[in-house]
Amino acid sequence: MLHIYCPYCGEHREESEFRPKGQAHIIRPKDPVNTSDEEWGDYLFFRENPRGIHHEMWVHAVGCRKFFNVTRDTVSYEILEVYKMGEQPTVTAATQQKGGQK
Amino acid sequence: MSKVAIIDQCAGSDVRAESPMHHVKVPSVAANPGVVLEQKPFLGHMTLRGNSADDAFCAAIQQVLGVALPLQPSALVHDASGENSIQWISPDEWLIVVPGGREFEVETALHQAYSGHFAIVTVSGGQTLLTLSGPNALDVLHKSTVYDVHPRNFPVGKGITSNFAKATAIIRRPSEDVWELIVRRSFADYCYRWLVDASREYGVSVKV
Repeated sequence: MLHIYCPYCGEHREESEFRPKGQAHIIRPKDPVNTSDEEWGDYLFFRENPRGIHHEMWVHAVGCRKFFNVTRDTVSYEILEVYKMGEQPTVTAATQQKGGQK
Repeated sequence: MSKVAIIDQCAGSDVRAESPMHHVKVPSVAANPGVVLEQKPFLGHMTLRGNSADDAFCAAIQQVLGVALPLQPSALVHDASGENSIQWISPDEWLIVVPGGREFEVETALHQAYSGHFAIVTVSGGQTLLTLSGPNALDVLHKSTVYDVHPRNFPVGKGITSNFAKATAIIRRPSEDVWELIVRRSFADYCYRWLVDASREYGVSVKV
């Protein structure tokens, strides 16, 4: 079981209170009419499946019902950071490599 | 004064009301009950949504309910009488519990006191409040929820939403020895049966 920190409730809660909601930071194309089918298909259906650092959304479904972002290592399942919606991650694949870890 | 059409959704006392537990069988009272389970039916529950960054909104709540809007996560505050309470549910949502029948009065007063963007919805019929007390109340909670209800993590004046049995419940602690559970009407029967079963080993006294 993961022990996840909810940035809105301000404390760690059991994993059973949360639901994973897939990759974070997906931006809807600004001008859908002039977006190619390929770009639109990428936006709708294609997701990253990295080995290592992954930025993903979780929702505190049984709790405050807010969405937030999690940076998780897909190999160890370790949650490296949790940040609110609209914020940017500080732990990324690039920063992890620089630090000589992983 | 906001320009929102509001109607009194409460049926009034001439319509017979049934609590979500009107049908349950109450077990015989144990000689020396370790757990006292009680329902407080027909209270006025209201969901409040709004922007707590707006001082006028907070002031309006204070004026209408006589208690400050709790801005800290998981905070639960009662007024001096102990009858009215506001609980933090999420950064923009609160649960107000008032004596039954007062909902419309509170709603009207709030719309008069504040004209900004907010919502207050009566959900009294959708949920019910159970209280759990007695020396073994905490043991029953330990068996029922994944949340850490140890007093060091759950002081008086805290209220959270979490898993309760296989359902969802709001668990709150209004005073030192009393725990309150707010469960959905549709889960009330299940939660009640769970609680009676979980309390059996300590001896239970039930009032619904």
